[in-house]
Amino acid sequence: MTGSQTSPAVRSGRPRVPAVPDGIVAVVKHECETCVSVTPVLAQLRRAGVPLTVYTQDDPGFPRELPDVVDDTELRVSWALDLLTVPTILRFDGGVEIARTEGWHRPRWEELTGVAGLGPDLPELRPGCGSRTADPAMADELATRFGSGRLRARRVSLGSSEDEAEAAFERGWTDGLPVVPPTEARVLRMLEGTTRAPEEVVATVPPDLVECTVEKAAINAVLAGCRPEYLPLVLAAVEAMCTDEFNGHGLVATTYFSGPVVIVNGPVRQAIGMNSAGNVLGQGNRANATIGRALQLIVRNVGGGVPGGVDRATLGNPGKYTFCFAEDEEGSPWESLAVERGMAPESSTVTLYAGEGPRGVVDQLSRTPESLARSFAGSLRTVGHHKLALGLDAMLVVSPEHARVFGEAAWTKARLRDELLELLTVPGAELVRGAGGCDEGLPQGLEEAAIPKFRPDGLWFVHAGGRAGLFSSIIGSWINGPGGSQPVTREVGT
Amino acid sequence: MTPDSATVLLDPTSERTPTTRARVARPSSLDGLTVGLLDISKPRGDVFLDALESTLRARVPDLRVLRYRKPTFAKVAPVDLRHEISTKCDLVIEALAD
Repeated sequence: MTGSQTSPAVRSGRPRVPAVPDGIVAVVKHECETCVSVTPVLAQLRRAGVPLTVYTQDDPGFPRELPDVVDDTELRVSWALDLLTVPTILRFDGGVEIARTEGWHRPRWEELTGVAGLGPDLPELRPGCGSRTADPAMADELATRFGSGRLRARRVSLGSSEDEAEAAFERGWTDGLPVVPPTEARVLRMLEGTTRAPEEVVATVPPDLVECTVEKAAINAVLAGCRPEYLPLVLAAVEAMCTDEFNGHGLVATTYFSGPVVIVNGPVRQAIGMNSAGNVLGQGNRANATIGRALQLIVRNVGGGVPGGVDRATLGNPGKYTFCFAEDEEGSPWESLAVERGMAPESSTVTLYAGEGPRGVVDQLSRTPESLARSFAGSLRTVGHHKLALGLDAMLVVSPEHARVFGEAAWTKARLRDELLELLTVPGAELVRGAGGCDEGLPQGLEEAAIPKFRPDGLWFVHAGGRAGLFSSIIGSWINGPGGSQPVTREVGT
Repeated sequence: MTPDSATVLLDPTSERTPTTRARVARPSSLDGLTVGLLDISKPRGDVFLDALESTLRARVPDLRVLRYRKPTFAKVAPVDLRHEISTKCDLVIEALAD
């Protein structure tokens, strides 16, 4: 393939480009026919007085026409330049790459070099060949050879008879399930998923209040099984988790069931292949599964939030392994959760919500929003306890078949919320301690008051799930408001 | 592909080593001391601490009791509260009611 591209930012796992001279830089390999065919052009450039430096990837004596070729058979320069193709020519000015083009393409070579009439005997374009650095068999070795110096984490050398998976268990790095061993090569590959530098601090992670670097997050993303393109979501989730509003410390330390729930909105959902459809809250999708898991592993390994230690959960819930899903925005009658929370529709975001395990709402008969809202209200009544009110929020994951009922009747989220709040407002006499023969409940003295189950802003709606099934789901929250945890939305960076 | 690197892993933890600090010696008597009773604001924490205060006062006539309350049990006690307790009290009893 021929083509040109703008100068790529130096990717995070890559070292700075070694001192490459200003002027034109060409990288070639003898094995490539296109490289062989452009050697007269390189000689032509030299004759034209262009400052030219040629690096060769495989044969220090190639091209013979240029006696001062620089030996790059170790690929240090090629790797730092992040080459995919040879020949590639680049222009450097003041130590900065300002242009590059791949393969042979006369107009682009002429534009980049400023020399006209190049390669008159060649066709106008000829695709290049793969750079040796792009050989999959070389990638890990090169990443480790040139990139590991940027990694600061302690190296843990395993014994020759030690099993990698067992070693991670023994060192307390896992959530109880096996993890992917975080080798240098895997961590460097993970860091390719972000433009952020490995040493950059992402957030101060509770409960130990430890600064988590991009590198530490990447190591834990490897453990969790993430692909590099998931890393920006993991970083955004960590940032959200560690805000005062979200109160990650309290969420880790609580005896309650809850843990962080990650809801993803925007184009990144499709870009990384997240599930927002059938079995959306279940297993089977790598992005859904590993992003939520990476967050929890960071809380465990970096923050020190370990069950039985600071994590004092009485029962917990299975979502504390991982609880991350995407909203089905395309099929929704409503604006997305992120838009409702003030984000632009085209932005990619994560929203963190302190939630317990999901519970089902079955209603296969309602065809009017009034009736279906009553079903929702009846099930919402039991969040926490049927006689407690206002201390907990709830998130409704509304399936397509249920959402259609509201959509066809033009019920907005605001309308549904108002209806539910009204349906869930009852006399305090029914809720106080002792009422109904049950000691749990609200304090005495509220008998005469009309008490809503939820705060006005305590109900959230997300559209997701399979196309068949008149079911929705409720995810009850942990303690709400400034004294507990408030949902936090963060834009996913690069 | 790189057999050597397979046996070297990067540490995913904070790499911190907790320091061990000796506990303050327990007083042999509460006479003349100040005890802080900290309610973390969980239900019935006040009931427990009321009972505890009565018991302590009955047993130790020369005891000062100061009552404190966290704004919310869901968050770490504010720095000012911790500072006040540490400067005004000789010992503290925290009611983790549930």
